[in-house]
Amino acid sequence: MAEVSLSSSGTELTLQGIRKEFPGFVAVDNLDLTIRAGEFFALLGPSGCGKTTTLRMIAGLEDPSAGKILLGGVDITDTKAYKRPVNTVFQSYALFPHLTIFENVAFGLRRRKVSNAKELALAALDLVQLAHVADRRPAQLSGGQQQRVALARAIVNRPALLLLDEPLGALDLKLRREMQVELKKIQADVGLTFLHVTHDQEEAMTMADTVAVMNNGHIEQMGAPESMYDLPETAFVADFLGQSNVFRGMASSANASTIEVAIPGGTTLRVPVARASAHSGDVSVGVRPEKMSIHAGAVAPQTDTNVISGGRVTDVSFTGVSSQYSIDFGPLGNVVVFEQNLKALPTVDLGDVVSVSWKVERGFGLRDHRAAVIDEASEL
Amino acid sequence: MKGSIFGRALLPIYTILALLFLLIPIVYTFIFSFNDAFKTNIQWQGFTWHNWTNVCDAQGVCEAFGNSIIVGVVATLAATALGTALAIALVRYKFRGRNIVSLLIFLPMATPEVVLGAGLAAQFFSLGTPKGMLTVIIAHTLFCLSFVVVTVKARVASLDASIEEAGRDLYASPGQVFWRITFPLLIPGIAAAALLSFALSFDDFIITYFNSGSMQTFPTFIYISAVRGVPPEANVIASAVFVLAIVGVTISQVVSSVRRRRLAASR
Repeated sequence: MAEVSLSSSGTELTLQGIRKEFPGFVAVDNLDLTIRAGEFFALLGPSGCGKTTTLRMIAGLEDPSAGKILLGGVDITDTKAYKRPVNTVFQSYALFPHLTIFENVAFGLRRRKVSNAKELALAALDLVQLAHVADRRPAQLSGGQQQRVALARAIVNRPALLLLDEPLGALDLKLRREMQVELKKIQADVGLTFLHVTHDQEEAMTMADTVAVMNNGHIEQMGAPESMYDLPETAFVADFLGQSNVFRGMASSANASTIEVAIPGGTTLRVPVARASAHSGDVSVGVRPEKMSIHAGAVAPQTDTNVISGGRVTDVSFTGVSSQYSIDFGPLGNVVVFEQNLKALPTVDLGDVVSVSWKVERGFGLRDHRAAVIDEASEL
Repeated sequence: MKGSIFGRALLPIYTILALLFLLIPIVYTFIFSFNDAFKTNIQWQGFTWHNWTNVCDAQGVCEAFGNSIIVGVVATLAATALGTALAIALVRYKFRGRNIVSLLIFLPMATPEVVLGAGLAAQFFSLGTPKGMLTVIIAHTLFCLSFVVVTVKARVASLDASIEEAGRDLYASPGQVFWRITFPLLIPGIAAAALLSFALSFDDFIITYFNSGSMQTFPTFIYISAVRGVPPEANVIASAVFVLAIVGVTISQVVSSVRRRRLAASR
C-alpha cells in the first residue's frame, strides 16, 4: 500500500493499459501514459472523450476495469482515494460550505495529523493571496476566489501529483487568463507534478509542457505543444489543436524526401516524408491557415511550393492585424487562409477567383482524412 | 359603488373568519386552562393560576404527558437515525430493489391510520408481544420513518456529490467523510425530519390507541378522560406545548433572517 507522504518535487505517474467500462460504453480504452516528475501535463479533448474519467481513476474516485496505475513506481491501483498522495482541484471547486476558508485549506493536513497544520494552511492561503478571507465561508467569496481556495486546499498537502479537473472552466475569459498565468507560476514555485484536464486547446498549449490529445477514450497524439501544433499526426489533432485545412488524397509517388499526393481536380501536392504519418495509400495533406498565401488569379506551381487554383472567395473578415479569407474550392471543400495585413488592406475581394499556396515544408501528411465525429451526447 | 365596497371588504372578512375558525378552539383551550373548575371544565367558574402552578394535581395527566415525551423522543431518535441512513442509501447508492424500497417507503403514509394501527396490533398479538410502551414506540418509529426518509432524501439529493469526493481526496476515511462533511451538511434536513417526527408522534392517537394497552399517552389520556370531563390541567399542558412551539418557530425565523442579512452584508 502506498503511504501518504509529503513530497517536495512531485512524482512520476504511469498508466498501464487503463480501461474503464460503464454500462453500455467504454469510456477509456487501453490507455498508456507516463507523466514525468515535476511536469505540467495537459490532457486535452472534447467533452465525453474520457479525460475526466481518467483523472478520476488516478484520484481513486473511480475503479479502472483493467490496467495499472503506478505512482513513483508504486502500484496504487487498489489504494483507496484517501490513502493516495494525490489531490484534486474539482471543476465545481467542491469547497466544504460549512467550514471556513481556513478550515477548508487545513482539512487535508488535519486528517493526516500534520503538526504545523496552521502555519502551512496560512502559508498556502498567502500563496493564493487570500489570507484576508480565512475566516469567511465559501459562499461569501467570488468564483475566482473560490477557485484559488480550491487550489490552496489541494497544494497545501504537497501531493505527489496534483490533478486539475477543468478548474478554470467556470471563470470568465479575463479571470481565466490571469489564473492560467498564476497556476503556471505556482507550479514552478512549488515544483509539483500537475495533471491538467481541459477541453480548451489554448489553455492546454499555453500552460503545459506536454499535451496529450484524447478522443473516444484513447490518446490520439502526445508531445510538446509546439511540435504537436506544427506536426499533427491525425486529422482530429490537426483540427482540435488550432485550425487546419486538410486535403484528402492518394500517395502517387514518393522519393527519399518527398511524397506526392494526388488530390481531386488533378492537382498534385507535395509533403516531406519526415512530416507525414503515412507514406502510401490514403494520405491527407494538411496546412495551417496562417502558413498559406492567397493570390489573385492563377499562379504557376513551383517545386518547393504547393498551389491550388480556381477557388472563389466566399467570405472576408478583417480583424485589424490580419484578415481571414474563406475560399470555396468545390470538391476540395472550403479553405481558410489567415493573412497578416502587412502592406495594405485586404488584397482580394468577395467573389474573386483566387489561388492559394504554401511552402512544401510547412505542410504535414495525415494518416486519416477526417476527424472522428465527436458525439456530444456521449458525455458522462 | 356599493358593490365595489362589498368586493373590497370581501377578502378581509373572509380572512378574518377563516382565522377565527382556526383559532377559536386554541383560544378556548388556552382560556379554559385558567378555569377554576371542579370536576368538569365545561363551564367558566372563575380565573385561577392554580392549574398552571399545580399541573400534576390531576390524576394521570403528568404521567401520560411523560409517556408521550418518552415515546416521542425514542421514536424520533430511532426513526431519524434509520431514515437518514435509508435516505442516503436511496440517493447515493445503486442497489437491487432500490426503486421498490423508494415506493414502499410511502406506504405507511398512504395507509389509513386505523388500518395501520389495527394491523400492527394484530401483529403484536400474534407475536405475543405485550402492548405497552415498547409496542407504541415501534409503531411510532414505523410511521415516522417514512416522513424522515422523504425529508432527508430531498436534502441528500441537493448535496453536490463532489463535496464528499473532495473529502475522500483530502485524506478523510469513509467515517470521517460522513461525520465531518455529509452529516453537518444534512443537519438542516435531519433536524426538520426530527421535529416532524416528534410532532407526529406526540400528536398520534389512532395508532397509539390500538397498541398502547394500559399505558396512556397524552392524546389517549384526553380521549379517555373526555368521558367524564377533561381536567383543566390538560388544557395547561396543551397550551404550554402550543406556546413553546410558537416561541421556537419565531426564534428560528429571527435567527435565520439575521444570519441571512449578515451573509448578504459581508459579500
